[in-house]
Amino acid sequence: MATLSKQDIGKILARQGILIAFAFFIIGFTLANGRFLSPDNVMGVVRSSAILGVMALGVTFVVISGNLDLSVGSMMSFSTIVVLDLHDKIGPALAIPAMFAMTLCLGAFIGFLVGYLKLNSLIVTLGMLSAIHGLTLTYSGGKNMDIADKDGTWFDVFGQGTALGIPVPILIFLALAALLGIILAKTPFGRKVYAVGGNGTAATFSGIKRARTVFFCYLMSAGCVATAGLIQASRSMGSQNTVGQGMELEVLAAVILGGASLLGGSGTIFKTVIGVLILGFIQNGLLLVGLQFYVQYVVTWVIIILAVWLDIAAKRGKLWSNFA
Amino acid sequence: MQAGKMTPFIKTGAIWAFVVLELIFFSVAGEFLSLSDKAFMDLDNMLLLLKQSAPIGIIAMGMTIIMINGNIDLSVGAIFALAAVILLDSMSWAIFAGLGDWVIPVSWALALLTGVVLGAVNGLIVWKTGVDAFIVTLGSMLGFRGLVFMYNGENPTSELNWTLVDFAEAQFLGLHTATWFLAAVTLVIWYVMTRTVHGRNAYAIGNNREAAVNAGIRVGPHMMINFMIIGFLAALSAVVFYSESGSVNPNDGQLYELWVITAVVLGGTKLTGGAGSIIGTLGGVLAIQLLRKGLGHIGADTETVNLVIGLILIAVLFLDRQLNLKGKEELKT
Repeated sequence: MATLSKQDIGKILARQGILIAFAFFIIGFTLANGRFLSPDNVMGVVRSSAILGVMALGVTFVVISGNLDLSVGSMMSFSTIVVLDLHDKIGPALAIPAMFAMTLCLGAFIGFLVGYLKLNSLIVTLGMLSAIHGLTLTYSGGKNMDIADKDGTWFDVFGQGTALGIPVPILIFLALAALLGIILAKTPFGRKVYAVGGNGTAATFSGIKRARTVFFCYLMSAGCVATAGLIQASRSMGSQNTVGQGMELEVLAAVILGGASLLGGSGTIFKTVIGVLILGFIQNGLLLVGLQFYVQYVVTWVIIILAVWLDIAAKRGKLWSNFA
Repeated sequence: MQAGKMTPFIKTGAIWAFVVLELIFFSVAGEFLSLSDKAFMDLDNMLLLLKQSAPIGIIAMGMTIIMINGNIDLSVGAIFALAAVILLDSMSWAIFAGLGDWVIPVSWALALLTGVVLGAVNGLIVWKTGVDAFIVTLGSMLGFRGLVFMYNGENPTSELNWTLVDFAEAQFLGLHTATWFLAAVTLVIWYVMTRTVHGRNAYAIGNNREAAVNAGIRVGPHMMINFMIIGFLAALSAVVFYSESGSVNPNDGQLYELWVITAVVLGGTKLTGGAGSIIGTLGGVLAIQLLRKGLGHIGADTETVNLVIGLILIAVLFLDRQLNLKGKEELKT
């Protein structure tokens, strides 16, 4: 009864493949360099992954709802620049809510276009990637933003502070992951997100308001981006206009690595966190064994394709595609 | 029937109408706002515009086929960079030392071969694994960029060959070398898409992949060939561009994929596949370049270009959908 057929083993491998691969990586890197699993190093990796991770949490909602968000990178640059600029003008206590409001407006605009006007999310967010980048440059005049008085402010707490011995970015990341994980898995809204992404037509017929659900997904994504921008700004206390450039694709890579399907309807917050950590640990592990940072690009490439391939192969029941 | 025939015409026409509109707007606005006393429609300025459209334009022709196929290629910027590195580096390889200036065609061939091989890798993965092209090329965008860095670290690769620079800066019948390349590529790809079986298959596969498989079209190899074409064109674009500039940074070509896709979508090609035209794409490429130059001409900050192009892209998407809805309603009555 308990015997596993070959197919079952294959299925388990494909389902949990990403976790198994992750375990192998950890073991391999630990054997190669004993420092890899030291608390300091682990803490360092999670801390440096926090910004990417916070963004990936929001994008997970968007991807599960069957859409894409390519604008998170330039949106993160925008919120970083805005909060740094406003910090010196109106003080941190007002700058942070103001920045959140502005970023949420951008998210609402995208949500309106994709949700209510039903425009293709890939092109809308591609356009917004460019548009928000232009907006940031126009806002800052192309100059770098810096906080003038770096020592006389409490603003650095979000990026550099620690509480209970744990860096604040990690706490924010974990708290947000827990909150959004509960929203996605345990609330009616979360179930609507899955329904809309899994089968939009069926969802509409069962009375789910597709447009509104998609709209709120983008709003959540923007909220996460604003949080990431806050951590980034607080960590560096100064920033270029292009700080988030290219992150949209890294974020997407993490979400896909976690096993969310680009077609929508599948994925979880927990898996996304795993995806983020895999990227972070691989990057760190390769550096620790003495390889250059760019080797991780190639490794990430191989891992992403293998992960998605295994996932698809398990669903269709055979390894190779049906194309002649 | 009438509506079906008219719609594509209106769509390709629309982008060219937009190009003309831009020309008029920037010429008139330039009279009042420009700091330079030269007209916007100055012949030299227009020739330069065509030349500057070439790098994006050449890749956009390949992207049109890929997108008509219902796929997408995000790795073109990285292929562009790797081909450029191979082009410039191979010119100083010891084995070619005796060739003199004959090293140029050899280096070109090597760079183009690089593009074809990288494209084939993408195509083979899409074909054999059945993973969506978006994910495959998202991965290889990272992977190929990693290869660029692995080749020469974070250093720029430089090699200035004056014979090559002279060739790249030459003007034959008034048009720059790069413009000739763009024209030739446009012509060839237009011919392929409108007059050959391969082109017809591309539309068929984009329209309905299942049906194409059932009709006996070998979808996998077909898509692989298209990925090899876009790889070749991305390398050709690098060859044309770097023959003149002579130095490539490992980060060059980043965001090219976004510019190219923007141009193709402006030109009326559907992301879902099955529809699109090369002439429309050419219009999209010129429209973007005109906007960049025009905004500079009337003294707007270069930063605003990104803002304007992004919003125009969304507006086009919206208008396109409205037009489609109208067309469907007309068919119903």
